[in-house]
Amino acid sequence: MIGVRKRFTPLQRLLHWLIAVCILAMLFIGVGMVTTVTPKFLPLIAIHKSLGVAILALAVIRLAVRLRYGAPALPADLPMPMKLAAQLSHYALYALMIGMPLLGWAMLSAAAYPVVVFGSMHLPALLPQSDGLHSLLWDAHFYLAFAFFGLVLLHVAAALFHALVRRDGVFETMASLSASTRDADTD
Amino acid sequence: MTEPHRSALGSLMVIAIVIGAAAAAFAYTAGWFSPQRLTPTALVDSLAPAAGPSLGHRRNHAKGVCFTGEFDANGAGSELSTAQVFARGQYPVLGRFNLATADANAPDATVRVRGLGLRITTPDGQEWRSAMIDPPVFAVSTVQGFYELQMALKSADASAMKNFIAAHPEFLAFVDWAKNAPWTDSYAEDRFNSLDSFVFVDGAGAEHAVRWSLLPAAQPVSISPDDLAKRGPDYLEQEIARRVAGAPQRWTLAVTIANPGDPTADPSKAWPADRRTVEVGTLVVQQIVAERDGPCRDINFDPTVLPSGMRTSDDPFPAARSAAYMKSYDLRTSEAGDYPRTATGTNP
Repeated sequence: MIGVRKRFTPLQRLLHWLIAVCILAMLFIGVGMVTTVTPKFLPLIAIHKSLGVAILALAVIRLAVRLRYGAPALPADLPMPMKLAAQLSHYALYALMIGMPLLGWAMLSAAAYPVVVFGSMHLPALLPQSDGLHSLLWDAHFYLAFAFFGLVLLHVAAALFHALVRRDGVFETMASLSASTRDADTD
Repeated sequence: MTEPHRSALGSLMVIAIVIGAAAAAFAYTAGWFSPQRLTPTALVDSLAPAAGPSLGHRRNHAKGVCFTGEFDANGAGSELSTAQVFARGQYPVLGRFNLATADANAPDATVRVRGLGLRITTPDGQEWRSAMIDPPVFAVSTVQGFYELQMALKSADASAMKNFIAAHPEFLAFVDWAKNAPWTDSYAEDRFNSLDSFVFVDGAGAEHAVRWSLLPAAQPVSISPDDLAKRGPDYLEQEIARRVAGAPQRWTLAVTIANPGDPTADPSKAWPADRRTVEVGTLVVQQIVAERDGPCRDINFDPTVLPSGMRTSDDPFPAARSAAYMKSYDLRTSEAGDYPRTATGTNP
């Protein structure tokens, strides 16, 4: 039965919030680990790598689920620039969720570091050692992380704008705990 | 929808506060509010000489020469660790003899501390990387102390060194070695020590705090720094190339096991000489390869790259070294254009 959905499916909401927590942890661990020489450095970098692989896997599943189930329509009265911003920012978020772990993995490969995650799982090298590629990937991974954090802030600001100012039900498409996907429970 | 219970302006303020707080937390984590934090960048920068770093080179141990060879394990290490590298057999080795200087062109006789970087690869796909040096103790007991030492060495203030030693009396044991221990006339005659403590885990899951050393098979021949200087600025790498071309050079890898209570967290403190030592195999250096396009140039001898069966201990240095070596690697790979390469495409 195909109808107009007012919410993301429960699986989509679960994946969203799970990945949201992972990404926030990831970004904070990332900026923290590169600015410390304390013994925390080693567990932080180990978690960073493992969490990156977890986010990659979850994001790929999420993309597949999204392609299968789609998304609730945005409100008809949402101004065109906001609709466009919503669409573009979501493309960017998906690109970063999947791209950042791959950039990090490729960056470590290009430096000839063994890539070990979840304690003892050895990942194959994505690239041969290369100074040029390592530099390029390091820059991309580093600067895109700040762009990613900026985009996350924009995403949160927009979500709160929908929830508190427009009160148009967009926030509830993802925020509701209800298992239902149909009735818009906007309050 | 319910009645608006807050003005749009109030809502926008709530949003601004949430976003502002998140951004501030991020900036705090990144250290933007704590300029005093000792970062990998600060640590690496502290090593740079007044004239600036040798671009494209390691930020410390900048001068060196590559080698290849094998580690011939005798099987005795298996009682201490499940790492495959200790199972009887031969495993390929990539390494680098080096001098502890930030100047890639420093004359050999001007550098007191010599080092050896090592990467042993095993068929299970794991690696053991290590970077050892020839003093019997490390210069300082804390990472902060290492940073303060670099600052004191560079300081124009005549009392800087005196103040440093007053704050870090452990430095005197290192000074005693630096002043009084004989220099050798070959890398092949040097003993190289991990100094840092690590933990080996055996098949029963028992943990052993260890340090290790490479003991040279060649008899040490003493030489004064003045006489070494007369042999030329790059004598050591030329000599080791000639010597290895004549015959492979060997070191015994000896693992020393701590007794309970030994200072595992402080590499400036030697362990008593009677500690149990297990000889686990022999490093055989079979070929010297020029550093410039050699296979070790693009390898980071990060001492925290350990196979399963080994892990870091409560010694704070390996983590700091890992962070600093990575920063050094990131810098020198981005400066590859400044490195005096002679060819391309000779990576391992």
